Amino acid sequence: MQTAQLTRHMRRNTAAYLALLPMAAIVVFAYLGTMAWSVRLSFTSSRMLPRNDFVGFDQYAQLFGTSRWLTSLENFVFIAIFFLAICFVLGTLLAIFIDQNVRAEGLFRTAFLYPYAMSFVVTGLMWQWILNPDLGIERTMRNLGFSDFVLDWVVNSDTVLYAVVLATVWHGAGLVMALLLAGLRGIDTDLWKATRIDGIPLWRAYAFIILPILRPMIITSLVLLSISIVKMYDLIIAMTNGGPGTASEVPAKFIMDNLFERANIGLATAASTTMLVTVLLIIAPVLYSQYLGKKGTTA
Amino acid sequence: MSVAEANAPALRRPVTSQQRWGRIGIYAFLGVMTVFFLLPLYVMIVTSLKTMDEIRLGQIFALPVQPTLEAWATAWSSACTGLDCTGLRIGFWNSVQILIPSVILSILLGALNGYALSFWKVRGANLLFACLLLGAFMPYQVFIYPLVRFYAQAGIYGSLPGIVLTHVIFGMPVMTLLFRNYYSGLPTELFKAARVDGAGFWAIFFTIILPMSVPITIVAVIMQVTAIWNDFLLGLVFAGRENLPMTVQLNNIVNTTTGERAYNVNMAATILTSLVPLAVYLGSGRWFVRGIASGAVKG
Repeated sequence: MQTAQLTRHMRRNTAAYLALLPMAAIVVFAYLGTMAWSVRLSFTSSRMLPRNDFVGFDQYAQLFGTSRWLTSLENFVFIAIFFLAICFVLGTLLAIFIDQNVRAEGLFRTAFLYPYAMSFVVTGLMWQWILNPDLGIERTMRNLGFSDFVLDWVVNSDTVLYAVVLATVWHGAGLVMALLLAGLRGIDTDLWKATRIDGIPLWRAYAFIILPILRPMIITSLVLLSISIVKMYDLIIAMTNGGPGTASEVPAKFIMDNLFERANIGLATAASTTMLVTVLLIIAPVLYSQYLGKKGTTA
Repeated sequence: MSVAEANAPALRRPVTSQQRWGRIGIYAFLGVMTVFFLLPLYVMIVTSLKTMDEIRLGQIFALPVQPTLEAWATAWSSACTGLDCTGLRIGFWNSVQILIPSVILSILLGALNGYALSFWKVRGANLLFACLLLGAFMPYQVFIYPLVRFYAQAGIYGSLPGIVLTHVIFGMPVMTLLFRNYYSGLPTELFKAARVDGAGFWAIFFTIILPMSVPITIVAVIMQVTAIWNDFLLGLVFAGRENLPMTVQLNNIVNTTTGERAYNVNMAATILTSLVPLAVYLGSGRWFVRGIASGAVKG
């Protein structure tokens, strides 16, 4: 009896172990293994082919002496800050305005969120065309008689990052809107009644009562946007290809260029390790506070 | 919809003039924003219907005088991507070939992982899962080079199986999380009853869990179809010249042409490339929102 139970228990577990084998293999080889290999390579002098020597932090020293890398870091910080801030403010405003019992709500929601369904390549090409000074908005405005009108963001190295932020905000603001709107719809009507009885102005109610309640949705949307901005490569390739010059270079592109075009594996992996560490430092506290700080939030 | 509307803050006090202006303000803001979000799509559509002569006039917002679908035909069947002038249709079919197995495999594995993680006690599984989730936050650039080497060793670099495997690998964190969260919300009594009846790991999975997974599978399909269709970087690196997805072909058509750019063809190509995700978005309605909401890392 007991042995029968034991064997059944084992067979049961064997199946569960087997089922998780693909995941285990992927985690070990595709995630952890590749990560470790990338980090290892960053301490070698690998150029076109991987080498197995050890040169300490040479690649990192070279990396942070490379102006193109420093530019790409600066650009990344600029894009990330403005993208996150504008997406958050705009998305929140859109959600709050839609929540005021407006007509044609479905139309507004559709119009604000559809860009999120499209790829970054498409987004980049679209805005490249609209902002094209020769035939786009600038030319159109000049044709209308505003002969000094200037909107040459995409081709001007001082302003190209504005163009990138504009395109990314257009792509991502709807996400914040959709998530916050879902959150607003989940808020108890009694709460609204209470704020009205207390005579709290609407904007104060949103700012000090409602938005704090929506904190999980806000964090979720910011995390999603952050992931997309860290991975952002396609939009830059499609929209500016890093130019003019290196004015819209980003770390993801720097790494790809050095891996596949410039045959500089050591430098590229040093750069990707830098990204890895940065993301870890930012993500770890968020993950900790979200999942370990308070228990029982798991669905 | 009706429930959501009932929960919205219904501000049904007597309408003062201040409130009337408030309503006007709300619609004005939403209207301006709708224009901002829809404008690029409008510009793309009208541009794709114009002739180059008309585009050269520099009136990006004007309706086409003589609408023609010529640019669409060119984009589909004869636009040049580098040396080949066979249009986007090749890329379209490549994307379909990549999409179908990738979506099916990644969802099946995600469901299996989610099931094994939430109902069976497998030692070390949660640690594996934590590593997997952490991987979801990392920029792809950290994994790409070692994976290319692995694939080359295995002989699948630049092949259809190679790119499918890549999508399965990078889709796994979100898919596993999605199904795990969904399954942890199912009543465990069902599962326990099945175990008392002597059903094993696979029997429970196929006869009880899978039939109950329809709603979450719809969400998973929406997420994976849009994500895989919109992918650029992985297709560029892993698919190989023969299997380049539509997004990569699109970028080649637009950004590598020499001589005058055929903006009408470019815009037609851009719209063609976004038709699949747009159709998914418009066709799935609020399932799409649920998809991005539950795709968030919150478990």
